[in-house]
Formats: sequence, structure tokens, C-alpha cells
Amino acid sequence: MSSVVLASVSLENVLVIGALLFSIGLYVSLSKRNAVGILMGVELMLNAVNVTFLAFSRYVESPRPLDGQVFAMFVIAIAAAEAAVALALAVAVYRHRETVNIDEIDLLRW
Amino acid sequence: MIDDAGVVVAFWVIAVSTVVCALMVAAVRNLVHAVLFLALTFVGVAGIYIVLAADFVALVQVLIYAGAVGVLMTFAIMLTPAADRRNSETIFQAPAAVLAGLVLAIVTFVAYDTEWRISGRDAFPATAASLGEAFLKPYVVPFEVVSVLLMTAMIGAIVLTREEGDDV
Repeated sequence: MSSVVLASVSLENVLVIGALLFSIGLYVSLSKRNAVGILMGVELMLNAVNVTFLAFSRYVESPRPLDGQVFAMFVIAIAAAEAAVALALAVAVYRHRETVNIDEIDLLRW
Repeated sequence: MIDDAGVVVAFWVIAVSTVVCALMVAAVRNLVHAVLFLALTFVGVAGIYIVLAADFVALVQVLIYAGAVGVLMTFAIMLTPAADRRNSETIFQAPAAVLAGLVLAIVTFVAYDTEWRISGRDAFPATAASLGEAFLKPYVVPFEVVSVLLMTAMIGAIVLTREEGDDV
């Protein structure tokens, strides 16, 4: 019954889940054409970082183990601010160009 | 160490479905569907937080990410009706995939290669009270700075999206 390989969740398991989410987010933010799609990738990466913070806070020996959770809260706050500004920028660009595709917004290209 | 059978099963179910939802964000061909899968991913990540004994952060995750950020992104897509919604890739698709794979491989290697100083302590009891204390005692300055930053960002967002010639 409990002789299954995955009888417990170890720190490494959680770190790998975080790494998976991060690399998916990295791929999305680097490859997508739509500005909102890129922002989705950034949010995925921030979430992956939070998973890692909370994993260390839960498992690793520390005099103040709750600090990881405090940091995760700060990351969430910054991510909310970033999302609001970035989406406002996307809407503002759309007003002028009728597109939010990053390969068509090339006014400053040399 | 987390070795309660129910929690372990819950963790793997949540983890696999979260990663699958994240992959769908990259794979689906409609931007609106991608946002919906992103919201599902956020909820799954909140589940992982609960397994890691971070109850308050999980709650905030559902409220801010699955709620606010998800709605904000849906709005941004709805406010750009003539824009391309195919969720397509630029010419950087292959290099991006290679880079993401490299990052995944390196982080996985480091995670298994490092000797972490694992503590045997039990899961945290309810964390809301101690988090509140941390915010108002050792972290009070960063907390206030983040508050000001959030307000500045919100005002900036309003200024950016205002119609030109709108004098209100």
C-alpha cells in the first residue's frame, strides 16, 4: 500500500513542480505574439516563484520559517500592480494601433 | 516531511492538473480559452499552497490571482476586440522552447543535487495571525512601500486608459 515510490512529498518534488511552471511561463512569455499572452507567461513565472518560496518556507530549517510566506505575499502584491499597469498599456497601445501583437508594434525599430 | 497518504495523493493530483492547465495556456489556439486555463492554473497553485501549509497565502492567491488578475485579463482581451485572438507564436518559438527546457533541466538538477537542510518540524498552525504580526512588526516599512506602490500603479493604470480629451 504505502510501498508506492511517491509515499511522501519531498522538497525536491515541489521544486520540480515550480520549475515546470516557471519554464512553461518562460516559454509562453518569450514565444507569444499577443501582449496579453506574454503577460500570462509572466504571471505563471511569478506563481512558480511563489511555489518555490512556500516550499522552502515549509521544509528548510530556519529561525524564522514564516518569512517565505511574507515574501510570497509581497510578490503577489507586486504582480497585481504589474498586471494592472501592463494591461492598461496594452489597451492604450490598442487605441493607437488597433493591434496588441508585439511584432507589429515596431515604431521605434531601427 | 509530508507523508499523510491523503495529502500526498491530493498533492500529486493537484500538481499534475496544474501543470496540464499551464501547458494548455501555451497550447490552446484561442486567447480567451488561454485566460480560462490560466485561472484554473492559479486555483491549482492555491491547492499546492494549502499542501505546503500556507492557508492565508492560498486564500489571497484565489482572491487576487484567480479573481482579480483573471478578470483583469479577460477585460483586456474584451477591450481589444479587433486584435488578433489566435494565441499564435512569433519566430522565437523554437529558441524559447529550448531556453525553457534548459531552465527546467538546470533547476531540476540543482534541486536534486543540493543537500537541503530539511527540518523535521510539523506544518504551521493557522498562519493568518502570525503573518499579520510579521507585516506590522519586522516588515512594516516594506509593507507601507508596497501599499504606496500599489496605489501609484492603480492611478497610473487609470491615467493610461483614459480617453484623450477626457477632462474629468
